[in-house]
Amino acid sequence: MPQPSNLTSSSIIETRSLVKAFGLLPALRKLDLSIAKGEFVALLGPNGSGKSTLLRLLAGLSKPTSGTLTIGGWELPREAAAVRAQIGLVSHRPLLYETLTARENLRFFGRLYALPANTRETRITEGLERVGLAKRGDDLVRTYSRGMQQRLSIARTLLHDPHVLLLDEPYTGLDQDASLTLDGLLTEAHRDGHTVVMATHEMDRAVRLADRTLILARGSLVHDAPTAGMDALALAAIYTDITGMASAR
Amino acid sequence: MTTSFLQTVLAIVHKDVRAELRSRELVGSMALFALLSILIFSFALELNRIAREEAVGGILWVTVAFASILGLNRSLAMERDQGNLDAMLLAPISRAAIFCGKLVGNLVFALVVGLLLLPLMTLLYNRPVLQPWLLAALLLGALGFSTVGTLLATMTVQTRARETLLPIVMLPVALPVLLSAVRLTTSVLAGGAQEDWLSWLQILAVVDVIYLVLCFVLFEHVIEE
Repeated sequence: MPQPSNLTSSSIIETRSLVKAFGLLPALRKLDLSIAKGEFVALLGPNGSGKSTLLRLLAGLSKPTSGTLTIGGWELPREAAAVRAQIGLVSHRPLLYETLTARENLRFFGRLYALPANTRETRITEGLERVGLAKRGDDLVRTYSRGMQQRLSIARTLLHDPHVLLLDEPYTGLDQDASLTLDGLLTEAHRDGHTVVMATHEMDRAVRLADRTLILARGSLVHDAPTAGMDALALAAIYTDITGMASAR
Repeated sequence: MTTSFLQTVLAIVHKDVRAELRSRELVGSMALFALLSILIFSFALELNRIAREEAVGGILWVTVAFASILGLNRSLAMERDQGNLDAMLLAPISRAAIFCGKLVGNLVFALVVGLLLLPLMTLLYNRPVLQPWLLAALLLGALGFSTVGTLLATMTVQTRARETLLPIVMLPVALPVLLSAVRLTTSVLAGGAQEDWLSWLQILAVVDVIYLVLCFVLFEHVIEE
């Protein structure tokens, strides 16, 4: 896939002393982080540790209180429009219109990303095939199961071919089959060169899919290590040791 | 690649209209509420023909105002509940274009309900409500309500008490629109000279412009975290 044109180093995501506070309550404390192009990073941590806040900052949905944040060489929030064109966000909510069909949803978002009509239609068809929804493309989203909605959400996210995929607990509410399908889609996106940052509570999945795991606790980065040579039990032990909480394997 | 302002606005309006044509939730509930309101006012003022005829302007605008509030709540709730506003904010598009798209959609729905109301009020209140200057008043009044309402509904829809909060916040802010629209409508219906009511039309247009500028500027700050 083509690389972001503003990059001057191998890191696609860089944060320096990144702070986010809601009033007097700090959600992220002086976070220094560097994520390489094409890397798959699993973001772990207990509820309230700052995972979602970090993803919202990376997505440009929230502004830092202080510190710097660059994606693809562009600084947020100053160059937000350039950043937005190269990121995609999958949330635990589907971010889809239930009264529209899958195809209409993708067409709407394709228009927001200024995809030319021909390219848009081709990508919609390819996207629906990729997530196994080609036959249900003209059905209303409200008739979809939770798993189907999440697959469509992935298709929406990949529609504009973003360099960075941000996933905020994408497995929430999915059954085993839907989770396996999502595993396949994420593995494929990673193989295609997308940089993936996924917030999750699942150690097994983090070790299996990601190249690197980060653990956040009370807004600080407390663990940063590659997953190579690590198993879920070892990671769970580290997690419990650092956070004082039992992990969901 | 960024989408042009106009393309974004058209995409949002097209999406809102298509979703509404399919569900008919928004215009349906607004129209039903408006119909019930004018019927209740008609019954309540039945015995006093003069009071009924003089109150037509007020009844029309109170009904349009409350029906608009109903529609605005639903329109923005659709964006908030499934997180769709975030999905739009993720796209490389202008925040002002998102506001304008939602505003035009809300205006279209308010106008549809207003246009349904005018012939009904002509029948029920025996007044010639369906006339060109009143259509202009409806357009400007609905524009004012939709402008203020789209901004305020974006704020209140994030709260638990959004259904009750929006009218409490919106009605005082929209008072200049309501007052000038009522005065304009009443003067036109009374058959006064053009110079008598033209000033109210001008005031309504100026209030609309002020609100449009303010709301365009403020929208980005309202949706910001």
